[in-house]
Amino acid sequence: MSETITTDVVIVGAGPAGLFAVFELGLLDIRAHLIDILPRAGGQCSELYPEKPIYDIPGFPIVTGQGLVDNLMKQIEPFHPTFHFGEMVEGLETLGTSEHPSFRVTTDAGKTFECKCVIVAAGGGSFQPKRPPIAGIDAYEGKSVFYAVRKMEDFRDKNVLIVGGGDSALDWTLNLHPVAKRITLVHRRDEFRGAPHSVNAMRELVAGGKMDLLIGQVGAIAGDNGQLKTATIKGNDGAAHEIACERMMPFFGLTMKLGPIANWGLNLHENLVPADTEKFETSTPGIFAIGDINAYPGKLKLILSGFHEGALAAQKVHRYVYPDKKLTFQYTTSSTNLQKKLGVN
Amino acid sequence: MAKITFVDSEGRSRTVDAENGSTVMETAIRNSIPEILAECGGACACATCHVYVDDAWTEKTGKASAMEEDMLDFAFEVQPNSRLSCQIKISDALDGLVVRTPGKQG
Repeated sequence: MSETITTDVVIVGAGPAGLFAVFELGLLDIRAHLIDILPRAGGQCSELYPEKPIYDIPGFPIVTGQGLVDNLMKQIEPFHPTFHFGEMVEGLETLGTSEHPSFRVTTDAGKTFECKCVIVAAGGGSFQPKRPPIAGIDAYEGKSVFYAVRKMEDFRDKNVLIVGGGDSALDWTLNLHPVAKRITLVHRRDEFRGAPHSVNAMRELVAGGKMDLLIGQVGAIAGDNGQLKTATIKGNDGAAHEIACERMMPFFGLTMKLGPIANWGLNLHENLVPADTEKFETSTPGIFAIGDINAYPGKLKLILSGFHEGALAAQKVHRYVYPDKKLTFQYTTSSTNLQKKLGVN
Repeated sequence: MAKITFVDSEGRSRTVDAENGSTVMETAIRNSIPEILAECGGACACATCHVYVDDAWTEKTGKASAMEEDMLDFAFEVQPNSRLSCQIKISDALDGLVVRTPGKQG
């Protein structure tokens, strides 16, 4: 059992809204931990459009998705937030009362947090692997169909079918090759997006007869009790190939799913979390929702809305974290106190 | 201005007006066309606005760019007439365009 991390606020999601919330909380001396299923900060900005220009961030006539994230990371540096990447928040349990809320947050990596407030800044939900539309695939998932490798040993001496044409598909083809009995890589076209040296290494294995490459798409899979036995590949040549495989790894990128948020006892409306517009608090006192995940009359899914919402939520969080302290509103331009926190004075 | 017909995976067809200069994806979202998710909002970054262009129109809509082909790797049941609808720009030449939507995007 790992130790419990105690902090003021847990922020679920490290996209632009969650990142800027760190800044607004930091100015009020509130410590935050951020948890995100992705391996890095930035949410959709980094995952979906790192190189695309954004034109509606106030003060930036043009900034790329990654550029904005980099700037936000720099802006929140003085507050030393702690990031927990590659983890999904699974459980959210209420410990305190509505006047003195506190929560226990648990992740799928087994971490436990205790905090006074939770800010849900989960955007469109968590990025999860896309599940191919193969009939009955759900019965095999976690048993013989995997979207990530947790233990290489699960693949030892197995016939492994890998589907996809990017770095994930190629990397696992190369990494599992020494372990697996035989690897078959299936991709819809004879062109690969992956790093050129990975593509070359894969092509060499194919040329040497050490693995198989099929150009086509997976049509059907068969097996029993969750254990895969064969897959039928519809080749681009029109032929159907049946191949033996005890393991399959499909790599079709990520999609956004609401995920465990649905189980946290929050009121949900069309997969969004309703929040008030004064402090962006949800139906549960002490749990806030900011950014694309929230809903209220007139909501616009803009990054700038998420910034505003984070600033207002922080004011109320302060009352929960420091119930006895009076909050005086200050400006970063003139307050030496705030400037000290920012490390500029 | 062009008329575009979306045929869903169950064969239901919906014809809507599309503005020149906008995209087939934007037209779909504006008209609440089902089976178009467009998670990334048109950045050619998610492959959840995948459509099949009717054979009579594939020449006029043209071929997918290299970047679009890369993104199509993330789509399911890709066919030679597969396109990402965020990458098809509307013009008078596409008046009457017919696209079919797949049963599963994300």
